[in-house]
Amino acid sequence: MKFWKPGLIAAALLAAAPALAQDENVLTIGVRTEAASMDPHWTQLSGDTQVQEHIFERLVGLSSTSQPIPGLALSWEPIEEDKWEFKLREGVKWHDGEDFTADDVIFTYDRLRGGVSGAPASPAFQLEKGGKMWEKIDDYTIHISTDGPYPTMAEDLAMLPIVAEHAVRDAEPSVDFNTGQAAIGTGPYMFEEYSPGSRVTVKAFPDYWGGEPQWDRVVFQPVGQDSARLAALLNGDVDMIEYPPTIDLPQLVEDPNFVVSTIPADRLIYIQPGFKHVEPFITDANGEPIMPNPLRDWRVRKALSLAINREAIRDRIMGGASLPAKNIVPPGFFGYVEGLEADAYDPEQAQELLTAAGYPDGFNVVLHGPNDRYINDARILEAVAQMWSRVGVTTEVDAMPRNVFFSRLIRGDELSMPGHDVPEFSLAMTGWGTVAGEATYTVSGTLETYNAATGGGNGNFGRYSNSEIDARSVKAKRTIDNDERRAILEEAITIGMEDYAYIPIHFQVNQWAMKAGLEHDPRTNERTRAMDVSRVD
Amino acid sequence: MTEFIVRRLLQALLVLAVMTVLVFFGVNVVGNPVYIFASSECDQPCINAIVKDLGLDRPIWEQYWVFIGNMLQGDLGNSFTHGVPAMSLIWERLPATLELAFCALVIALVVGLPLGTLAGLRPHHWTSRVIMAFSMIAFSVPVFWIGLIMIIVFSVSLGWMPAVGRGDTVEVFGAELSFLTLDGLHHLAMPATTLSLIMMAMVIRLTRAGMREVLFSDYIKFARANGIRERRVLGVHVMRNILIPIVTVLGMEFGGVIAFAVVVESIFSWPGVGKMLIDAIAVLDRPLIVAYLIFVVIMFVTLNLLVDVLYSLLDPRVRLGGNSG
Repeated sequence: MKFWKPGLIAAALLAAAPALAQDENVLTIGVRTEAASMDPHWTQLSGDTQVQEHIFERLVGLSSTSQPIPGLALSWEPIEEDKWEFKLREGVKWHDGEDFTADDVIFTYDRLRGGVSGAPASPAFQLEKGGKMWEKIDDYTIHISTDGPYPTMAEDLAMLPIVAEHAVRDAEPSVDFNTGQAAIGTGPYMFEEYSPGSRVTVKAFPDYWGGEPQWDRVVFQPVGQDSARLAALLNGDVDMIEYPPTIDLPQLVEDPNFVVSTIPADRLIYIQPGFKHVEPFITDANGEPIMPNPLRDWRVRKALSLAINREAIRDRIMGGASLPAKNIVPPGFFGYVEGLEADAYDPEQAQELLTAAGYPDGFNVVLHGPNDRYINDARILEAVAQMWSRVGVTTEVDAMPRNVFFSRLIRGDELSMPGHDVPEFSLAMTGWGTVAGEATYTVSGTLETYNAATGGGNGNFGRYSNSEIDARSVKAKRTIDNDERRAILEEAITIGMEDYAYIPIHFQVNQWAMKAGLEHDPRTNERTRAMDVSRVD
Repeated sequence: MTEFIVRRLLQALLVLAVMTVLVFFGVNVVGNPVYIFASSECDQPCINAIVKDLGLDRPIWEQYWVFIGNMLQGDLGNSFTHGVPAMSLIWERLPATLELAFCALVIALVVGLPLGTLAGLRPHHWTSRVIMAFSMIAFSVPVFWIGLIMIIVFSVSLGWMPAVGRGDTVEVFGAELSFLTLDGLHHLAMPATTLSLIMMAMVIRLTRAGMREVLFSDYIKFARANGIRERRVLGVHVMRNILIPIVTVLGMEFGGVIAFAVVVESIFSWPGVGKMLIDAIAVLDRPLIVAYLIFVVIMFVTLNLLVDVLYSLLDPRVRLGGNSG
């Protein structure tokens, strides 16, 4: 008895490999996460935002290094201490042919002001911050008043996608966007198909104000598995992928059939020490918490920083793709301090500092961190633990999934009262992305003293407190003049980082891999966009 | 009979009630979805607003009652991330998973039965040893690894197969099916084969064992003595008898295959319910996780109920036992 059937089927399948339309300019991108919704006000998850950015635009765009550039607004300036004027671009069309006017901007504001019911991210667009009030002056002029000087208006608005009043007014949030009915934007690409879990397709919008887009059609194919995503690129299923696995980077760079694009990210990876009087995870040889907490001594924090070999992490773990840091925003960002160089690896000095601080034999710590959030996070944790143990600080690693890690990092006990969060960890590796390309909120968020009422220090999970920084941070938030603000920020950052408010490790480096013949202008903010990809062959 | 069914139905409802409690509270003690959705610039009022938007500001008991109330009306809530009813997401993706599982089943049978027969017919021939070694490997090597190796070999090195995703689909009775298009089959081949391996190994082993047993039975000897052609002896008389245990085991295994599909779906980016569940867990999309688990519970309870009823119809002893106990 013979069974040749499977062979025949396989042969038939091979013969019928999908025929692609050659005359069409299609870009297929293998992305890490699927887009969960086409409603730009729904989640703010990066997997959603980057797809939506093709369809919806903002008043203020961001350059590849996240600096504000004209978007739907042509220009903006403060006309009074507490009032900004935005001049809108004229002649912009929505995808269905209607004109874009100030009414759409006001409508977007109204949609978000009350919060979109059920939308987890709608409060995160920061419309209430600074007490913003929007006012239409004429069809192409908008005034936004605040309760005081508000320098980062453009940065805030660069986060806010504008939707079409006529399409969205009666639409059901999320649902009607996913069918395409309300997914009417002004961007270079129009909604074509949203197939949950499978793919999102957008097509060129010929009447785009910025000229006809480069690609006829762009397909976003989610491939969560790193190695499968790389395989999809290698065999041509997709033209380009984000987050190529770092371990395969050296081969990819050398392969003439592929191109790798690289840019330092706005995401700083750092270790946050806890500053409470007693920290549960900082113990002596008997396992008892040490009083007072050694991390309150800046010499100990500096020792921990000097004990980290950042170059080794870059070369051995990150495949060369990281930027060792002491700054809190990457080069090119508003607030980057020229003189702040990453600490060089110096275990001897680290040991001296520990001895000087009264811990010649070190102590025991638990280092917490996520294992599925940042590039190679779990491996960095292990490396840091080994390096610390080498100078006598015996380190145990506790890595966990991000969905558990962040609630413990930020809030601590699940039962704590909102507004009275008690961060749980004594030493935790986390990351901070300066999305707006501007350091004001990075300083305020990570260095300022925690204050639930003002929002200061909302990312200060170690509860670091330094009045010299607080004064400068509060002042920076009210300083409209750019040079003056920059000087204040640089001072605050220098004070904070010389005091080791936290221990920076590196900036992640964003990478993309694509087939040869494509050129990519990579973005600091990790977004993968077809607008930045062009054909060079 | 009616009493038996009513009693079974009540038990099923009890199981369902207990499961809703376990699933709902179990999912709600893990992490906090708010911090997944809040950007780093989100301050306390913003966090509180998100908590309110997600309905997490109410005490958990109240959340549970609202959930039960809605469930009784057939509404399992809206997904946090997708913003659409969780059940519609499940229905949308279930065909992809079922399609994958059925194709795996078919492959397991089409390949496993002949190989098992061959191994049973000539147990000491070298081909049998190869087949049995293959079944051993297929049984013990992790699905995850096999999937990746298949991708490396067939997609990357040979370039024959697409590595990820689902191919073109056609709509049949409202469900999107891909095995009716060539592109779809092309995409289906690797994941379905990967998923089928464990079942295939089991079919091979069961077939071989059955063959060894049945071939020496009297009725086969008589059939041969009767001059019936070998092909008919094997195809009808032997096959019919060894199929019974195979069908029983495969029936039980099928549920496990849908569960294993989670792994295969993640490797091959197959847009099925398994991958959806994994994604939902990663962002703590509680309503979607709960809805999926409740859906699975309902499915299993219903299937068990049907099986029980069928058994009691087929085997009077079950019914009698039920009445007396």
